[in-house]
Amino acid sequence: MITFMNNSDSEEEPCNERTSLMSAESPSVPSYQDGLQASEAGEVQAHRKRRTGSSRSPNNIADGDMSDSGVPVRESTLENEEEELTLKYGAKHVIMLFVPVTLCMIVVVATIKSVRFYTEKNGQLIYTPFSEDTPSVGQRLLNSVLNTIIMISVIVVMTVFLVLLYKYRCYKFIHGWLILSSLMLLFLFTYIYLGEVLKTYNVAMDYPTLFLVIWNFGAVGMICIHWKGPLQLQQAYLIMISALMALVFIKYLPEWSAWVILGAISIYDLMAVLCPKGPLRMLVETAQERNEPIFPALIYSSAMMWTVGMAKPDTAARGPSQQTWDAAEDGGENHRSPSHADSQMSETRSPVPTRPITSFEEPEEEERGVKLGLGDFIFYSVLVGKAAATASGDWNTTLACFVAILIGLCLTLLLLAVFKKALPALPISITFGLVFYFSTDNLVRPFMDTLASHQLYI
Amino acid sequence: AFFWLVSLLLASLIWFVSVQLSDRDDSELQFALLGFGAAVSVLLQEVFRFAYFKLLKKADEGLATLSEDGRSPISLRQMAYVSGLSFGIISGVFSVINILADSIGPGIVGIHGDSPYYFITSAFLTMALVLLHTFWGVIFFDACERRRYWCLGLVVTSHLLTSGLTFLNPRYEASLVPIFILTLGTGLWAFCTAGGSYRNVLKCLSCKQEDDSRVMMYSALQVPSED
Repeated sequence: MITFMNNSDSEEEPCNERTSLMSAESPSVPSYQDGLQASEAGEVQAHRKRRTGSSRSPNNIADGDMSDSGVPVRESTLENEEEELTLKYGAKHVIMLFVPVTLCMIVVVATIKSVRFYTEKNGQLIYTPFSEDTPSVGQRLLNSVLNTIIMISVIVVMTVFLVLLYKYRCYKFIHGWLILSSLMLLFLFTYIYLGEVLKTYNVAMDYPTLFLVIWNFGAVGMICIHWKGPLQLQQAYLIMISALMALVFIKYLPEWSAWVILGAISIYDLMAVLCPKGPLRMLVETAQERNEPIFPALIYSSAMMWTVGMAKPDTAARGPSQQTWDAAEDGGENHRSPSHADSQMSETRSPVPTRPITSFEEPEEEERGVKLGLGDFIFYSVLVGKAAATASGDWNTTLACFVAILIGLCLTLLLLAVFKKALPALPISITFGLVFYFSTDNLVRPFMDTLASHQLYI
Repeated sequence: AFFWLVSLLLASLIWFVSVQLSDRDDSELQFALLGFGAAVSVLLQEVFRFAYFKLLKKADEGLATLSEDGRSPISLRQMAYVSGLSFGIISGVFSVINILADSIGPGIVGIHGDSPYYFITSAFLTMALVLLHTFWGVIFFDACERRRYWCLGLVVTSHLLTSGLTFLNPRYEASLVPIFILTLGTGLWAFCTAGGSYRNVLKCLSCKQEDDSRVMMYSALQVPSED
């Protein structure tokens, strides 16, 4: 049950503390340098409009759309600038997403290739009850299709449930659910993973050390993901839990079911995000109506932190450690309220209290990064991991799938820059990945093997 | 890299189809088909390199029109270099990674009568190939830009030649040495194409003088204001 929650794109409501922190901060914003802030807020909003918001599979939120309510006027006047800046910073955002996706895939592939546990068949999840050990091809195909149907319907039910909870403001329930699921990921799955890795390398570890390591890892992870923490640590934890989740899927999904599920989930993603009555789209729209952030804990955010301002004049007097924490808090939050000017944040980051704000105007443009849902990470890694696990020990297939997924991500981000609204990140990448997997495994591999056996180069 | 992969895919498809349609037992025929497949692959790679050139040209124009001063932030030469390098990397990786993975495991090289220098020569050949792709990328883009089609033809021919020379393996002196000579030659050609020259190299190595002249100019400008 809980295994699924991460998958079914739990849109999360920020916890009460955070909303209260944010709302407490925002009134103080106008008190500081009103004139400067107003103009900068306008510009920032214009930038945000065009900013490559987010392309995520379950939770598609366009950051730019959040500030939609604010400044339609500004947008029209700054359209040309927008386009140029879109292209200029588009590449940067692409790189900002390439790195975590690559890291997640590297972790998954490295584990698959070295730890035997994740390639052994030890049963299946209850979501895929039909076994694939049948003798006939037709029966096997039928079983995998049935497994897929069950899995996708579970995902749909979960997502709809979550959207309903969100609509009827049962925030505590959602929050508790997410905490429980990340608890399980951070403690139980890490424990299993660590155990298997130690077994593979024949390293002995006593229980007290194990307890200490796992406790620290899990506790820091919970804090980083659900509360505050340095942005990079939070990103690292999100990558790790995505990798763990992907490994679980690779282990427990039977062969053909995994491929059919990958295909089906990208179709579902496409429909859920783009259809007017799709659950994810409704979620995004509800969040936008309420002007709330959707997902603190289950979206990977590559943004730097300078947005939510601590506009109090004495913030500059805080020590540097405070600055990092405040910065990290913003990094942890998805929502950048349109009313917060970036200049305020730059003020806090200045080590010298008296430094003028204007010196930090340029970095303002850099901060808004892209957001990608963790479900996307998980399914990309499942595809590459499955390719690594089942492609006859061949690295070419893995690499081809990797390149295909990255190019798909690139194209999706390009589309995002063009359409400027929430887009599903799965379909293009998974399609490319699947095409490349099957074609490389069946066509390219014999060709390259034959060439290599004669030491021929092309 | 994506474009190279697609070209490889198509070439493998052609080879696969040809193998399926042919007689499996005739080893001579199979080897000839392999040669045919390799040649088709080389040609397709160059075709896709051209397609990539077209795509980059379009993107370049787009970037140029949108930028403030009418020039794109990346020059075509940089794009040529990157394109060649990425073709080289993906080609090299595809050629060598399985060999590397196998080299970890237990085994004896050449126990069935093949050359015992398989790994080291594979390493050198891959290196040559990566460098060659980079150089070809630079020359190719420049040739397409200036419409010097004989350069294009020469690049394609040298690629075919390189691939053909590898057919002479395991007679390494016949394949490895010419390929390295070819690499050096192509490297020099690419260097000249990219605008390098002996003078440039010297200037680069003694790079302090340029800064000095600029400093002098700056101080020359500053003197009147200080007065």
